[in-house]
Amino acid sequence: MNGLDVNKQAANVVVWLLLLAMPYWLPAVGGYIELGSRVIVLGLAAMALNFLLGYTGVLSFGHAAYFGLGAYGVGMMIRYVAPSTGLGILVGTLTGTIAAAIIGPMIIRLRGVYFAMVTIAFGQVFYFIAFRWNSVTGGDDGLTGWTRKALHLGFATVDIQSNPNAFYYLVLVLFALALGVMAWLLRSPFGRTLIAIRENERRARFLGIPVDQHIWLSWVISCGLVSLAGTLYALLNNFVDPRALYWTQSGDFVIMAVLGGMRSFWGPLIGAAIYVVLQDYLSSQTANWMSFIGLFFVLVVLFFPRGVLGFIRRKVTS
Amino acid sequence: MTQVVLFNIFNGLIVGAFYALMALGLSLILNLSGVINFAHGGFLAIGGYLAYMLLPYIGFWGALVVSPLLTAVLGLIVERLLIRRVYGRDPLYSLLLTFGLAFIFEDGTRFIWGAQSLPFQVPSWLVTPLSPDYFFLTGYRLFMVLVVAVAVIGLFLILGRTRLGMRIRAGTLDLETVSVLGVNVRILRNLNFGLGVYLAGLAGVLAVGQLGLQPTIGSSLIMPSFVAIIVGGLGSLPGTLLGGLLIGVASGVTTVFFPSATEAVMYVMMAAVLLVRPRGLLGEEGRF
Repeated sequence: MNGLDVNKQAANVVVWLLLLAMPYWLPAVGGYIELGSRVIVLGLAAMALNFLLGYTGVLSFGHAAYFGLGAYGVGMMIRYVAPSTGLGILVGTLTGTIAAAIIGPMIIRLRGVYFAMVTIAFGQVFYFIAFRWNSVTGGDDGLTGWTRKALHLGFATVDIQSNPNAFYYLVLVLFALALGVMAWLLRSPFGRTLIAIRENERRARFLGIPVDQHIWLSWVISCGLVSLAGTLYALLNNFVDPRALYWTQSGDFVIMAVLGGMRSFWGPLIGAAIYVVLQDYLSSQTANWMSFIGLFFVLVVLFFPRGVLGFIRRKVTS
Repeated sequence: MTQVVLFNIFNGLIVGAFYALMALGLSLILNLSGVINFAHGGFLAIGGYLAYMLLPYIGFWGALVVSPLLTAVLGLIVERLLIRRVYGRDPLYSLLLTFGLAFIFEDGTRFIWGAQSLPFQVPSWLVTPLSPDYFFLTGYRLFMVLVVAVAVIGLFLILGRTRLGMRIRAGTLDLETVSVLGVNVRILRNLNFGLGVYLAGLAGVLAVGQLGLQPTIGSSLIMPSFVAIIVGGLGSLPGTLLGGLLIGVASGVTTVFFPSATEAVMYVMMAAVLLVRPRGLLGEEGRF
């Protein structure tokens, strides 16, 4: 084990300790636990997007669609079918995953900006369905009249409904599971193949790797985990509205990934933390926060394209 | 019933003409520079608001001429200062950059002119219906179709007959060779961007006469323009034009029979095209 590996392990331990202790230190620095949950949820979405964006090198600008499908899935499940949080999460995640699996074959042959354009356009279908189908989705006002339900584990009941800290830990457990899956996949031959496709697609193809199938699978995994994040987002707010599906939400995920550092595993989480706190602060300070967010996008692209972790890594190695 | 269907087909054609005008500008920029300009809708809104400001001083006709030109100048400046810096980098960065610009434009227009819809007066003789049976056939609507037609013909003449147009077309195929042959590619891309933004500005002036003037007008028109490009075929300008008109008419007709699917139908069309003919209706084989 060399020095860099030790550093990496130490960083992992520190990150997990910080996340585990969040309910205790966050209020002390002026935050509130819902903000912490939001960072984790959106961080999960950004990391899941980065599975495709940073590790497979495929530029998706339409992930909000699957995020929103997960959110509506859990909301409608609890509202109309069965008042169970666990079942809702399962159904919401499956909804997004299946939609991605069906749309996948239509888009995997495209690359670069064209992939981005088609994914973003496809995302709009779900937005308009949610927006127009008033009687079921609540239309523009969003889906209301439901809340997350306490979690029955058989041997114990966890009150995530009224205890925000308990909900935070539920989010953290699912976050850890999803990250575990992603980290395991990225270390497997499958993950290495994805990186090979990112680095040189033509070469990967000549080596006999079925590139399209790999990209499809990576797309489905990425969208599936984003819909998991979507379900948690809906549960966090006890509310869903069509904006969770809108294309600007996809842009938010991409900027989080870029801001933190697309080439690193933890980068998108850091990006999400910065972005969520910034947005929270700006929208409380000025009605024109959209301009500042836009300006922030421009500044990141021009002066900070490698993101926080990319920047630090460069400083360390040089 | 026939009247209602005709009305909606005609309406769809007009909306489709907007989509096409927007999408042609987007396509020009995308084909030559590989940049998806999310801020295109913002330029459209600015074109509309500039026309609104200029109207009391130079009248409708003056605004129709001057406003798109001013928008194009703004486009030239934005390209020179910002967009140029991301050419040749991962396409991700141009997406994020123009995405941020779109936010700034939308919020900026809201800040300057307010969030509420503003009235926009077109000459009264254009508003009266031409025939009592076909009440929807006002002069303004015909006039819009005419202006769009003239603009499209003008665009294809520029591309087909002028030196600038030839260079743009050549650059679309192989920018490096064009550069080696002594063409200043920086200026070429700058002018091309301005040309694309001019079309957005023109669409803006026309759109506010029809749809009213509000800050979100740009973001509501940009997605259909993407769909128009994909349906028509990436890389093909006639395809983009066809795509815009097709999805406009399709959503117009859908309004009659199934109003809540008005927007969704164009995405269904896009899915169908991608399944049956992935390169789009008039797209070249193997280009993307």
